[in-house]
Amino acid sequence: MNLVVFSGPPSSGKTSIILKTIEALKQRNISVGVVKFDCLYTDDDILYEKAGIPVKKGLSGALCPDHFFASNIEEVVQWGLKQGLDLLITESAGLCNRCSPYIKEIKGVCVIDNLSGINTPKKIGPMLKSADIVVITKGDIVSQAEREVFASKVSSVNPRAMTMHINGLTGQGAYELSTLLIDKEKDIDSVQGMELRFPMPAAMCSYCLGETRIGEAYQMGNVRKMDLGDDYE
Amino acid sequence: MTMNNLKIRELLDKYPFITTYLEDNKLDITGYEELTFDEYLEHFTDEDIENWAIDKERLKVDLEEFINQMKEFLGVKDEVGIESLTILPGHDKSKNPEGFEVLTIRKSEIVSIVGPTGSGKSRLLADIEWTAQRDTPTGRAILINGEVPDMKWRFSSNNKLVAQLSQNMNFVMDLTVREFLELHAQSRLVQDVEETIEKIIAAANNLAGEKFNLDTPVTSLSGGQSRALMIADTAILSSSPIVLIDEIENAGIDRKKALELLVSKDKIVLMATHDPTLALIADKRIVIKNGGISKIIETSPEEKAILTELEKMDAIILGMRSDLRAGKQLKSINS
Repeated sequence: MNLVVFSGPPSSGKTSIILKTIEALKQRNISVGVVKFDCLYTDDDILYEKAGIPVKKGLSGALCPDHFFASNIEEVVQWGLKQGLDLLITESAGLCNRCSPYIKEIKGVCVIDNLSGINTPKKIGPMLKSADIVVITKGDIVSQAEREVFASKVSSVNPRAMTMHINGLTGQGAYELSTLLIDKEKDIDSVQGMELRFPMPAAMCSYCLGETRIGEAYQMGNVRKMDLGDDYE
Repeated sequence: MTMNNLKIRELLDKYPFITTYLEDNKLDITGYEELTFDEYLEHFTDEDIENWAIDKERLKVDLEEFINQMKEFLGVKDEVGIESLTILPGHDKSKNPEGFEVLTIRKSEIVSIVGPTGSGKSRLLADIEWTAQRDTPTGRAILINGEVPDMKWRFSSNNKLVAQLSQNMNFVMDLTVREFLELHAQSRLVQDVEETIEKIIAAANNLAGEKFNLDTPVTSLSGGQSRALMIADTAILSSSPIVLIDEIENAGIDRKKALELLVSKDKIVLMATHDPTLALIADKRIVIKNGGISKIIETSPEEKAILTELEKMDAIILGMRSDLRAGKQLKSINS
């Protein structure tokens, strides 16, 4: 089975792109399943179910979704193997734009949209910068110039990635993406021992542990202060 | 590559475009110009690295890759341009062979595309953009200059084969026309930014019913003005040799001039439209049915004669439109 990790900011079009891509894969008789990771809520699983795609969802609740991903991915892979899938896709929203759940030997796809603003490629961390493929969506509603500028910003923070424009509504480009996801040599039966491409933040402060009160006295652990200039110190 | 031995100052002299790379990756090199890039990266503390998610190895490899791509991109401009696009037939959704032998479109040629929504226009476009080699659902093959094209068209992020213009497109950036064009020109590594901007605004104003200036925010342009700016910008600044137009509404823009502008810049123009005035300007039109090209119609002399009639009607309507705008009273067509 192949594993591909999709991530990208909320509402960038991940689910639409994955659905259109799976449509193209199905025509080639490739069986695909999806595991959707989110934080508090998702009903994307219903969309996948409707399309007849085996799907599971994992809500991380009080945990950081990317940490949750890392602690569950092996079990998820075992589920996919049991389903007899040729390709397992995981989908997760990058919630703070800092992390990415990409794994070193596993293909990572970042989905990001033209509407998110020209500085977005700069704001997104390893989720964009360490992806193998960057899919840019919503190109049908912005000008050609904005598409070109946006793509050039993406390629200056991740020049090695292949950048593709895909229309999540018409599926234009999804077939092409589908041909890049399957690689017989990348078959896996476990991700045990593999490594994340980038470490997640090591922040552990009192608020991580459930503290709700505000004030110096309640701040412990990894605390960092903003620099607001001399007047406020 | 010799990059490893060069000081940042020397790197900047040799490859001025790396400023973009440094800025976009939030690398402030002020005061570190006399170090090599590797030495510069070593100045980050472990805390910096964790806080700002800095990946030193990736930054090194990426800078090298960025320089290679940019060199290639700058080189592309000097290469022989695209003279022709050839489509070789595949099949429709029911696996029936497509109804044509070979379609070659030369630069400065306009071909229109007709067919109901969902008939396969997007697929045709995607085949062209991906330079399909019988490896897409339609089984079509695309040739450039009569030959199997270089795979760079598939994988390069800065050199896409097809630029698209559609009725749904809007400007979303919060910039004035000047800032917007500057940004685009910089991303295309244009040498003379000022001159290019002047050319684009002149061309856009030549197309737009109502003139606008460089200090207008792009988001406050009217539909016609936006369309005019998009077309002028695509004609003059976009590197894509093929332009696909998905309908241009007959409002606030001189569509005939718009097509003439694109054609004068050596673009290959494909135009999806059901507007007879536009469809008949093209010498050929592709009819799409059930996911495939069912036939290709040459615009007949009779149809060209109809076009002349249609253009007269168009001119009347456009004239009335500007009279209305100018606050005049309209007169009967026959007077």
